[in-house]
Amino acid sequence: MTLARMWQVDPWRELDRIQDEMNRLFRDTFGRVAVRRYPAINMWVKDDEAIVTAELPGFDPDKLEITVLNDELHIKGERKLPEPEKEVTFHRKEIEVDSFQRTIQLPFAVENDKVDANFDRGVLTITLPRAEADKPRKIQVKTK
Amino acid sequence: MADKKTLQKRETEKIEKVERTRDRKVFVPAVDIYETNEAIVLVAEMPGVDEKSIDVTLDKDVLTLRGRVDYKVPEGYDLIYNEYEIGDYERSFTVNEVIDVDKIEAEYHNGVLTVKLPKAEPVKAKKVQVKVK
Repeated sequence: MTLARMWQVDPWRELDRIQDEMNRLFRDTFGRVAVRRYPAINMWVKDDEAIVTAELPGFDPDKLEITVLNDELHIKGERKLPEPEKEVTFHRKEIEVDSFQRTIQLPFAVENDKVDANFDRGVLTITLPRAEADKPRKIQVKTK
Repeated sequence: MADKKTLQKRETEKIEKVERTRDRKVFVPAVDIYETNEAIVLVAEMPGVDEKSIDVTLDKDVLTLRGRVDYKVPEGYDLIYNEYEIGDYERSFTVNEVIDVDKIEAEYHNGVLTVKLPKAEPVKAKKVQVKVK
Protein backbone atom coordinates (compact mmCIF):
# COMPACT_ATOMS: atom_id res chain seq x y z
CA MET A 1 0.00 0.00 0.00
CA THR A 2 1.45 3.33 -1.00
CA LEU A 3 1.26 6.33 1.24
CA ALA A 4 -1.11 8.12 -1.15
CA ARG A 5 -3.55 5.22 -0.97
CA MET A 6 -3.36 5.20 2.78
CA TRP A 7 -4.51 8.77 3.11
CA GLN A 8 -7.64 8.00 1.12
CA VAL A 9 -8.81 5.58 3.76
CA ASP A 10 -11.76 6.88 5.72
CA PRO A 11 -10.53 6.92 9.34
CA TRP A 12 -13.94 5.94 10.70
CA ARG A 13 -14.17 2.95 8.46
CA GLU A 14 -10.66 2.09 9.47
CA LEU A 15 -11.79 2.14 13.11
CA ASP A 16 -14.67 -0.16 12.23
CA ARG A 17 -12.25 -2.50 10.58
CA ILE A 18 -10.03 -2.48 13.65
CA GLN A 19 -13.04 -3.20 15.82
CA ASP A 20 -13.94 -6.16 13.61
CA GLU A 21 -10.42 -7.40 13.96
CA MET A 22 -10.66 -7.04 17.74
CA ASN A 23 -13.94 -8.91 17.76
CA ARG A 24 -12.30 -11.69 15.89
CA LEU A 25 -9.49 -11.85 18.40
CA PHE A 26 -11.91 -11.88 21.32
CA ARG A 27 -13.98 -14.55 19.71
CA ASP A 28 -10.97 -16.74 19.48
CA THR A 29 -10.28 -16.15 23.16
CA PHE A 30 -13.76 -16.45 24.60
CA GLY A 31 -15.46 -18.49 21.93
CA ARG A 32 -18.10 -15.88 21.37
CA VAL A 33 -18.75 -13.17 18.84
CA ALA A 34 -19.50 -9.71 20.11
CA VAL A 35 -21.32 -8.15 17.22
CA ARG A 36 -21.90 -4.47 17.33
CA ARG A 37 -23.57 -3.88 14.03
CA TYR A 38 -26.59 -5.48 12.47
CA PRO A 39 -26.65 -7.79 10.69
CA ALA A 40 -23.63 -9.88 11.47
CA ILE A 41 -21.99 -11.02 8.27
CA ASN A 42 -19.68 -13.72 7.09
CA MET A 43 -17.53 -13.23 4.03
CA TRP A 44 -16.02 -15.97 1.92
CA VAL A 45 -13.46 -15.14 -0.74
CA LYS A 46 -11.63 -16.82 -3.56
CA ASP A 47 -9.53 -15.31 -6.33
CA ASP A 48 -12.36 -14.10 -8.52
CA GLU A 49 -15.41 -14.11 -6.27
CA ALA A 50 -16.68 -13.14 -2.84
CA ILE A 51 -19.73 -14.44 -0.99
CA VAL A 52 -21.34 -12.41 1.75
CA THR A 53 -23.93 -14.04 3.99
CA ALA A 54 -26.13 -12.52 6.69
CA GLU A 55 -28.87 -13.88 8.88
CA LEU A 56 -31.96 -11.71 8.49
CA PRO A 57 -34.87 -13.61 9.96
CA GLY A 58 -38.26 -12.02 9.43
CA PHE A 59 -37.08 -9.56 6.83
CA ASP A 60 -39.08 -9.32 3.65
CA PRO A 61 -36.76 -10.12 0.72
CA ASP A 62 -38.69 -7.68 -1.48
CA LYS A 63 -37.81 -4.85 0.86
CA LEU A 64 -34.12 -5.60 1.07
CA GLU A 65 -32.04 -3.06 -0.76
CA ILE A 66 -28.70 -4.22 -1.99
CA THR A 67 -26.39 -1.89 -3.87
CA VAL A 68 -22.84 -2.33 -5.00
CA LEU A 69 -20.40 0.33 -6.01
CA ASN A 70 -16.96 -0.92 -6.92
CA ASP A 71 -15.65 -2.39 -3.70
CA GLU A 72 -18.45 -1.32 -1.39
CA LEU A 73 -21.57 -3.27 -0.64
CA HIS A 74 -24.56 -1.58 0.98
CA ILE A 75 -27.42 -3.52 2.44
CA LYS A 76 -30.54 -2.02 3.87
CA GLY A 77 -33.68 -3.62 5.18
CA GLU A 78 -36.81 -3.31 7.24
CA ARG A 79 -39.04 -5.77 8.96
CA LYS A 80 -42.26 -5.69 10.86
CA LEU A 81 -41.81 -6.76 14.42
CA PRO A 82 -44.52 -8.89 15.92
CA GLU A 83 -47.04 -6.23 16.89
CA PRO A 84 -50.07 -7.85 18.31
CA GLU A 85 -53.38 -6.17 18.95
CA LYS A 86 -54.27 -4.65 22.29
CA GLU A 87 -54.81 -6.49 25.53
CA VAL A 88 -51.58 -8.27 25.20
CA THR A 89 -48.91 -8.97 27.76
CA PHE A 90 -45.35 -9.35 26.61
CA HIS A 91 -43.52 -11.98 28.57
CA ARG A 92 -40.34 -11.65 26.64
CA LYS A 93 -39.09 -9.18 24.08
CA GLU A 94 -35.78 -10.12 22.55
CA ILE A 95 -36.40 -9.28 18.92
CA GLU A 96 -35.67 -5.60 18.64
CA VAL A 97 -34.00 -4.59 15.40
CA ASP A 98 -36.65 -3.40 12.95
CA SER A 99 -34.41 -1.77 10.36
CA PHE A 100 -30.75 -1.65 9.51
CA GLN A 101 -28.29 -0.21 7.10
CA ARG A 102 -24.79 -1.44 6.69
CA THR A 103 -21.84 -0.86 4.38
CA ILE A 104 -19.34 -3.60 3.85
CA GLN A 105 -15.90 -3.08 2.43
CA LEU A 106 -15.11 -5.79 -0.11
CA PRO A 107 -11.60 -7.05 -0.77
CA PHE A 108 -11.84 -6.08 -4.45
CA ALA A 109 -13.95 -4.15 -6.94
CA VAL A 110 -16.82 -6.23 -8.28
CA GLU A 111 -18.66 -6.58 -11.57
CA ASN A 112 -21.70 -4.51 -10.55
CA ASP A 113 -24.07 -6.10 -13.08
CA LYS A 114 -23.23 -9.65 -12.18
CA VAL A 115 -23.92 -9.49 -8.47
CA ASP A 116 -26.44 -12.08 -7.41
CA ALA A 117 -28.48 -12.10 -4.21
CA ASN A 118 -30.51 -14.93 -2.83
CA PHE A 119 -32.75 -15.02 0.24
CA ASP A 120 -33.64 -18.37 1.67
CA ARG A 121 -35.20 -19.12 5.08
CA GLY A 122 -34.04 -15.83 6.48
CA VAL A 123 -30.47 -16.12 5.22
CA LEU A 124 -29.22 -13.63 2.67
CA THR A 125 -26.42 -14.78 0.36
CA ILE A 126 -24.81 -12.30 -2.00
CA THR A 127 -22.39 -13.52 -4.66
CA LEU A 128 -20.01 -10.87 -5.94
CA PRO A 129 -17.77 -11.65 -8.92
CA ARG A 130 -14.53 -9.73 -9.08
CA ALA A 131 -14.37 -6.99 -11.71
CA GLU A 132 -12.43 -7.96 -14.80
CA ALA A 133 -10.38 -4.77 -14.59
CA ASP A 134 -9.45 -5.53 -11.00
CA LYS A 135 -8.16 -9.04 -11.58
CA PRO A 136 -4.45 -9.46 -11.21
CA ARG A 137 -2.64 -9.71 -14.49
CA LYS A 138 0.56 -11.46 -15.09
CA ILE A 139 3.03 -9.28 -16.84
CA GLN A 140 5.42 -10.81 -19.23
CA VAL A 141 8.92 -9.46 -18.85
CA LYS A 142 10.46 -8.77 -22.23
CA THR A 143 14.07 -9.53 -22.74
CA LYS A 144 16.11 -8.15 -25.52
CA MET B 1 -24.48 -1.47 25.25
CA ALA B 2 -28.06 -2.52 25.64
CA ASP B 3 -28.57 -4.27 22.34
CA LYS B 4 -25.45 -6.34 22.61
CA LYS B 5 -27.44 -9.06 24.28
CA THR B 6 -29.80 -9.47 21.38
CA LEU B 7 -27.28 -9.04 18.63
CA GLN B 8 -25.09 -11.87 19.56
CA LYS B 9 -25.94 -15.48 19.36
CA ARG B 10 -26.00 -17.34 22.59
CA GLU B 11 -24.86 -20.89 22.83
CA THR B 12 -27.01 -23.27 24.84
CA GLU B 13 -26.00 -24.82 28.06
CA LYS B 14 -26.06 -28.54 27.97
CA ILE B 15 -29.38 -29.64 29.35
CA GLU B 16 -28.98 -32.00 32.27
CA LYS B 17 -25.60 -33.01 30.95
CA VAL B 18 -27.06 -34.68 27.91
CA GLU B 19 -24.30 -34.86 25.35
CA ARG B 20 -24.89 -34.17 21.74
CA THR B 21 -24.05 -36.54 18.96
CA ARG B 22 -23.88 -33.91 16.29
CA ASP B 23 -20.70 -31.98 15.80
CA ARG B 24 -22.34 -28.61 15.58
CA LYS B 25 -22.93 -25.74 17.93
CA VAL B 26 -26.39 -25.18 19.28
CA PHE B 27 -27.71 -21.69 19.75
CA VAL B 28 -30.55 -20.22 21.75
CA PRO B 29 -32.91 -18.44 19.37
CA ALA B 30 -34.04 -14.93 20.29
CA VAL B 31 -37.75 -14.95 21.09
CA ASP B 32 -40.72 -12.73 21.68
CA ILE B 33 -43.47 -14.21 23.81
CA TYR B 34 -46.80 -12.53 24.26
CA GLU B 35 -50.11 -13.50 25.67
CA THR B 36 -53.57 -12.58 24.46
CA ASN B 37 -56.86 -13.58 26.04
CA GLU B 38 -57.01 -16.66 23.86
CA ALA B 39 -53.44 -17.79 23.37
CA ILE B 40 -49.77 -17.58 24.11
CA VAL B 41 -47.74 -16.71 21.04
CA LEU B 42 -44.06 -17.40 20.71
CA VAL B 43 -41.96 -15.93 17.91
CA ALA B 44 -38.43 -17.32 17.50
CA GLU B 45 -35.65 -16.25 15.14
CA MET B 46 -34.26 -19.41 13.59
CA PRO B 47 -32.67 -18.45 10.27
CA GLY B 48 -31.44 -21.15 7.91
CA VAL B 49 -33.35 -23.99 9.51
CA ASP B 50 -34.55 -26.86 7.40
CA GLU B 51 -38.36 -26.82 7.70
CA LYS B 52 -38.56 -30.58 8.01
CA SER B 53 -36.23 -30.65 11.00
CA ILE B 54 -38.32 -28.26 13.09
CA ASP B 55 -39.57 -29.91 16.20
CA VAL B 56 -42.03 -28.30 18.60
CA THR B 57 -42.82 -30.42 21.63
CA LEU B 58 -44.97 -29.76 24.64
CA ASP B 59 -44.18 -32.26 27.32
CA LYS B 60 -46.19 -31.63 30.46
CA ASP B 61 -45.49 -27.94 31.00
CA VAL B 62 -42.22 -27.72 29.07
CA LEU B 63 -42.30 -26.42 25.53
CA THR B 64 -39.20 -27.16 23.47
CA LEU B 65 -38.30 -25.75 20.08
CA ARG B 66 -35.64 -27.39 17.98
CA GLY B 67 -34.38 -26.79 14.48
CA ARG B 68 -31.47 -28.06 12.48
CA VAL B 69 -29.61 -25.85 10.07
CA ASP B 70 -29.11 -27.07 6.56
CA TYR B 71 -25.77 -25.57 5.68
CA LYS B 72 -22.83 -26.19 3.41
CA VAL B 73 -19.49 -24.44 3.61
CA PRO B 74 -18.68 -22.92 0.19
CA GLU B 75 -15.91 -25.04 -1.22
CA GLY B 76 -12.70 -23.46 -2.44
CA TYR B 77 -13.35 -20.21 -0.57
CA ASP B 78 -11.55 -18.74 2.42
CA LEU B 79 -13.52 -17.29 5.27
CA ILE B 80 -12.06 -13.81 5.70
CA TYR B 81 -14.79 -12.19 7.79
CA ASN B 82 -16.55 -14.15 10.47
CA GLU B 83 -19.01 -12.29 12.65
CA TYR B 84 -21.51 -15.04 13.31
CA GLU B 85 -21.41 -18.75 13.69
CA ILE B 86 -23.81 -21.27 12.31
CA GLY B 87 -25.47 -23.97 14.30
CA ASP B 88 -28.70 -25.61 15.27
CA TYR B 89 -31.28 -24.01 17.53
CA GLU B 90 -32.81 -25.21 20.73
CA ARG B 91 -34.72 -23.58 23.54
CA SER B 92 -37.16 -24.68 26.21
CA PHE B 93 -39.79 -22.79 28.18
CA THR B 94 -42.13 -23.64 30.95
CA VAL B 95 -45.74 -22.88 30.17
CA ASN B 96 -47.89 -22.08 33.15
CA GLU B 97 -51.22 -21.84 31.36
CA VAL B 98 -53.29 -24.90 30.50
CA ILE B 99 -52.91 -25.35 26.76
CA ASP B 100 -55.26 -26.97 24.30
CA VAL B 101 -52.64 -29.34 22.94
CA ASP B 102 -54.61 -30.38 19.87
CA LYS B 103 -54.88 -26.82 18.63
CA ILE B 104 -51.21 -25.80 18.79
CA GLU B 105 -50.15 -24.21 15.52
CA ALA B 106 -46.60 -23.69 14.28
CA GLU B 107 -45.51 -21.83 11.19
CA TYR B 108 -42.05 -21.19 9.72
CA HIS B 109 -41.56 -18.30 7.35
CA ASN B 110 -38.44 -16.35 6.31
CA GLY B 111 -36.41 -17.83 9.13
CA VAL B 112 -38.97 -17.06 11.85
CA LEU B 113 -40.86 -19.74 13.73
CA THR B 114 -44.21 -18.71 15.20
CA VAL B 115 -45.92 -21.04 17.65
CA LYS B 116 -49.45 -20.36 18.82
CA LEU B 117 -50.55 -22.10 21.99
CA PRO B 118 -54.30 -21.68 22.49
CA LYS B 119 -55.40 -21.65 26.09
CA ALA B 120 -57.69 -24.48 27.07
CA GLU B 121 -61.22 -23.76 28.19
CA PRO B 122 -61.15 -23.57 31.92
CA VAL B 123 -61.96 -26.98 33.22
CA LYS B 124 -65.00 -26.96 35.42
CA ALA B 125 -64.24 -27.83 38.95
CA LYS B 126 -65.39 -31.31 39.59
CA LYS B 127 -66.49 -32.14 43.00
CA VAL B 128 -65.43 -35.51 44.18
CA GLN B 129 -67.84 -37.20 46.41
CA VAL B 130 -66.15 -38.78 49.33
CA LYS B 131 -67.72 -42.02 50.19
CA VAL B 132 -68.22 -42.61 53.82
CA LYS B 133 -68.54 -46.07 55.05
